Parts: sequence; structure tokens; C-alpha cells
Amino acid sequence: MTDTVLAKQSEADGHRFAPQDGKLILAHVLFAFGALVIGAIAGLLQGLVRGGIVTLPAGIGYYQLLTAHGVLMALIFTTYFIFGFIWASIARTLGDLMPQVRRMAWVGFALMTIGTLLGTVLILLNQATVLYTFYAPMKASPLFYIALVHVVAGTWASAAGLFVQYRYWRRKHPGQTSPLLAFMSVATMILWIVATLGVAATILAQLLPLSLGWTERVNVMVSRTLFWYFGHPLVYFWLLPAYMCWYVVIPKVIGGRIFSDSLARLSFVLFVLFSIPVGFHHQLMEPGISPLWKFVQVVLTFMVVIPSLMTAFSLFATFELTGRERGRRGLFGWLKAMPYKDVRFFAPFMGMLIFIPAGAGGIVNASNQMNGVVHNTLWVTGHFHLTVASGVALTFFGIAYWLIPAATGRKLTPKLHRLGIVQTWVWAVGMLFMSGAMHSVGLLGSPRRTAYTTYGDNAEAVGWMPYHVVMAVGGTILFVSVVLLVINIVLLLRAPRGVEEFPLGETAPDSPAVPVWLERWGLWVGIVIVLVLFAYTVPFADMIQHAGPGAKGVVTW
Amino acid sequence: MHMHRLEKMWLTFGVAMLAVFLIVLGIGVFANGAQPPTTHAHGGHEKPAPELAEETAPFDKPGLHKIGDNEYKLVMVAIAFAYKPLEDKIVIPAGATVHFEVTSTDVVHGLQIPGTNVNMMAVPGETTNFTFTFKKPGEYLVLCNEYCGNGHEMMWTTITVA
Repeated sequence: MTDTVLAKQSEADGHRFAPQDGKLILAHVLFAFGALVIGAIAGLLQGLVRGGIVTLPAGIGYYQLLTAHGVLMALIFTTYFIFGFIWASIARTLGDLMPQVRRMAWVGFALMTIGTLLGTVLILLNQATVLYTFYAPMKASPLFYIALVHVVAGTWASAAGLFVQYRYWRRKHPGQTSPLLAFMSVATMILWIVATLGVAATILAQLLPLSLGWTERVNVMVSRTLFWYFGHPLVYFWLLPAYMCWYVVIPKVIGGRIFSDSLARLSFVLFVLFSIPVGFHHQLMEPGISPLWKFVQVVLTFMVVIPSLMTAFSLFATFELTGRERGRRGLFGWLKAMPYKDVRFFAPFMGMLIFIPAGAGGIVNASNQMNGVVHNTLWVTGHFHLTVASGVALTFFGIAYWLIPAATGRKLTPKLHRLGIVQTWVWAVGMLFMSGAMHSVGLLGSPRRTAYTTYGDNAEAVGWMPYHVVMAVGGTILFVSVVLLVINIVLLLRAPRGVEEFPLGETAPDSPAVPVWLERWGLWVGIVIVLVLFAYTVPFADMIQHAGPGAKGVVTW
Repeated sequence: MHMHRLEKMWLTFGVAMLAVFLIVLGIGVFANGAQPPTTHAHGGHEKPAPELAEETAPFDKPGLHKIGDNEYKLVMVAIAFAYKPLEDKIVIPAGATVHFEVTSTDVVHGLQIPGTNVNMMAVPGETTNFTFTFKKPGEYLVLCNEYCGNGHEMMWTTITVA
């Protein structure tokens, strides 16, 4: 696509956010990248320690860094960025935010920020070295759990604001189908709220009372089950906003159309249904859950293959149709028509490509008995660095490149496009080294979440060291990419004034109408509840009925 | 709802493959007994407080116990940051079938033997069971693969198969 075509589209699209909405979006996105930078420093140091290259000074603990890396990357960076993008999507498709919605969004932002700052301080003080999975009966400072409560409560306040705006729009537009991005934002928020009920329950009913000394003991299996009830949909909470970009933004960026509005909606509904009642596939290697119920949840886990296949088809159908409209012929000729020099396309596209092996690895992880080969090895770490740290993160970078200028009333210049493409390449190469080595050495048995050790110079463990060194090299390259990203963001904030497009794809004019039942949220939430009750009632009741006295809270760091 | 013909074919093929895959997995579990680790199927519901596990059978006698012809029970206790029995104490005859019985007295630990399919969690208050046959002689590394605190990387032992 030529620059003049791009410019014309921007003019036609000339959407400007209300200044207050721009501020809200920018605050979320910049906070997200701030967390990313601190998390990346922790990640770099971890890689270097694990590779035996450096020793940490001043009594800094490896696991303390690991906690900071996990919490800041997996929970804080993602959540802030997602809210920034979702507020932008809502303001773009449903109109400027209403004053009371804006207030709720800022209340949410404030709560999340209080929680994040407090939590980060406690991690740095070594008061909460429990990783982001904070397994009972490990006992962090009560303030750490209070900090997490603030983060979750903040997201709920923001989600409530989003629902208010969505309901208002539907009341004002009776009989109309809601805009696709708004529909997808609502689906993402519903998934998040249903999922966070689990983590809220274990924190409020188990971990906080334990940590405050109100209770002496905790039922570990119940806590693990509640955590993973949240922990798996959490990964779809990261993924669905990336899919929002792939389904809606990318078709516009490449100058094509959305393949099918109804199928996009259906796939989001299926993700909400099938990502929640499946937490046991994270608990396959542990006692306390009957093998039958483990298998039931394995089967339910794999139902997400269906919307994943639908998504893959839709995306590549859009690419092919667009390429053919440009006169590209042959089986794969259309691939040449894609705008690889446009960072808004290139970064998410690299994310999509990396997501293909990432998904295949996920199938191995969730496969009941097969999980025994890779459970808790570095393979798993490699897997989620391909999913959330590549598929999702690269898509978020691609979004940030146009969202930051769109929110501040500036232009993404050709120079910034080029820098963004370099940054994307560096990230992809770093991840190739790091994740490739993690997958390989994980298959050999090297465990995840472990500081430098050769297990008493055990021959097998010594043989893993070259892979750990490659991981450190990959981690260092990734850190360079983060530095480039920071430079790019600073340049974006000083870019020339102008209007940057929020690329919003459209369906073909003759496409069939969206069925009304897809927007019956009450129906879908009802089905989610039924599925959750089906998958959890019996095994959960078993855990409570056959509970022993429980485990005492301890600090082991 | 309208669906493109090619997409219907793609989804039909995908869902059929998924069904085949799950059936294969299910046959492995339910017909061939390739179960993931679990609580012992019978009994196993007596759950003393985790810190009392070492005073309660079978964990009061950690180690290898012969229970049949070429069949052994290996009782292990995970404690931050070591396993009982301690190093060099476990010698298993090659070709023997070993029934692991594992618990933890404090936090959640892992128990993994690289190069084998032995990989399980040790949860305080619960017993994990897993069966494995050691065919090849040699020294096997046993390591903790679930973060359990500051000494996590020092938590390992060895098993000798001779």
C-alpha cells in the first residue's frame, strides 16, 4: 500500500479522541510500559544468573527477582495495556466516554496503581517472594495481598464503567448490532470478572486471613484449585485483546475487510465459555483430584481448539482475499501483497506467526498424561514466552505504535515505523534464542523457576548449562528490544502533531446480518455458570469433605 | 448463521482430528493405565496434619520397601529443602516396578526425575502416587521442580538403579 493511500484513509477516518479520553488511554499505556521496563530488568538479571554469568550483589534474591518479573510482566503490564486498549476501543466505537464512566475508569486506574506500587515495594523488600502464583501455604506480608485486592478491585471498577457505557449505547440504538470491538471488549471483561472471582476467593477467604494470623491453617488443594480456576482464563484475558487487533485492526491496516463479523463474535463467545472450567489441566501432576475429573477438564480444555481454528481461518482468509483483490495470483502469491514495512501490521503479524508453534506447545502441556514429560520444566517457561511474551506482547507493541500517537494527537512517522520494525525483529530473534533453548532443555528435564545450580555437578545437569547460556543471550537480546521500545515511545510522545488513525476494519457491505442471539449476554454467562458447576462441583466438594486439618502458613524465603 | 464452504470443511477436519486425538489420549488413560500421578485409589483419605506426616505410616519409614516379586514401594517425604530418605540411600534393582508414595510436610514441592516420566507434585496434607519401572541401570537425579523457597535449587537427591 502506498503512503498516499494510507494518508487518504487517515483523513477519511479522522477520528480524534476527546482530550480526556486520550489522557486516560495514555495513562494506562504508559504505566503498562513502565511496568514492562522494571520487569525486563528483573528478567535480564534472572537470565544472566541462571546462565551462571553473574551473581546477584547486595543480598538480592533470585526468587525475589522472579516474583517481580512475573507480577510486573504477566499481571501488571498486560492488565494496564489491555485497559488502555479497551478504553480506546470503546471510545472509538461507542462514542466519547460519558463523564460518570470516565470517573469510574480513573477510580479503577487509581486503585490498580495504589495496589501495584504497594505490591512492588513489598516484593523489593523481600516481603512477598511467593511468585505471581503465590501458592499456599506460603505466607507473604498481608499488605501484599491487600495490594493485589486493590489491583483486582480496580479492574472491576473499570469493567463496571465499560458495561455502563455499553448498556447506554444499546439503549440508544435499539435493534442495532453493537460495534464488533465493543462486543469483543465486553466479552473480554466478562471472562475477566468470572475468572477473578476465583483468585479473589482464595485471597480473601484463605491467604489474607492466614497472613494476618486470623487462621493458622489453609486447605492447600482448595487454594490451588481456586488459583488455577483464575490462572487459565487469565491467559485468554491476555489473548482476547490481541485477537481484537487481529480480527478488527489488521484487516483495515492491510486495506482489506473483516472476513465475517458473526464468526468473529461466535469465536469470542466460545473462548469465554471454554477457557474458564478447565483449571485442572494445570494440576494434572498433583494429588487430591480424581483422574476422571482431570480428564473431563482436559477434554473441555481442548474445546478452545475450535475457536482457535476459526480465528486462524478468518485471519488468513482476510489476507488472501486482500492479496487477490490486488491482483496477486497463485497459491501463496497473496502473501507478497502484505504491508511488511508497516509496523502496525508487521509486529502483530510476527506475533501471529510465533503463536502457531506456541499453540502446538500448549496442546502438549494440556495433554493429561503427556504433561508428565514437560510439567514444571523450562519447556513451560518457553511456551508462555511464545504465547504471552510474543503473540500477545508483539501485538500490543504493534497497537502502541499507533495508539500512543492517536491518543496524543500526533503522527506515526516513517522513521518511527522503521525503528518499530527493527524493534520487532530484535524481539523475535531474542525470543527465538531464549524460548528455543527453554523448550529444548525443558525436554531434557531442566526445571523452571530455579536459580543457578548444577545439582552437585551432576553430569546430566551440567549438560544443561550450554542451553542456559543461550537463554541468557536471548534474554539480553530481548532486553535490547525493550530499550529500543522505550526510545520509540519517547520519540512517539514528541512526534509531529497530527491525526493518527485508529484502524477500524469493516465487513463487506453484502455480508449477512449478525444473529441477535450472539448479544444475549445473560445466556452466555448462564452457560458459563453451568459449565463451571459441571466441571468443579464434584471434585471441589470432595476436596472440602475429605480435607485434613490443612497446612500451617510458612515463610521459606 | 452463514459460514463459508471452505471454513466448514476446515472446521469439520479440525474437530474430527481433535476427536481422534482425545480418543487416543483417553485410551491411553483408561485402557492402558497411563494415568497422571494421583492420590491412591483406595483409602488415602486419612490426612494427618502435614507437620505430623513423619510420625504417621507410611511416612514414618521413608525408603524403599519390597512388596512383591520385583515390585517395590518407595516412600519419600519432601521437606524444605531436602527429600527423605537422604542421598545415596535408595538403590533399586534394574527392571523393578516402583510405586512412589510422596508427601510434603510444609509447602508444595515437586519431584521429578529427568530422563524419565516421573514428575509429580508433593502437596502438604496429601499423598501422591505414581508407578514407574526403572529399566536402565544408572544414577538418577531427583530434583524439586516447584518453587518452594530460598533453598529450592538445593533440593535434590539421587536414586541408584543397579
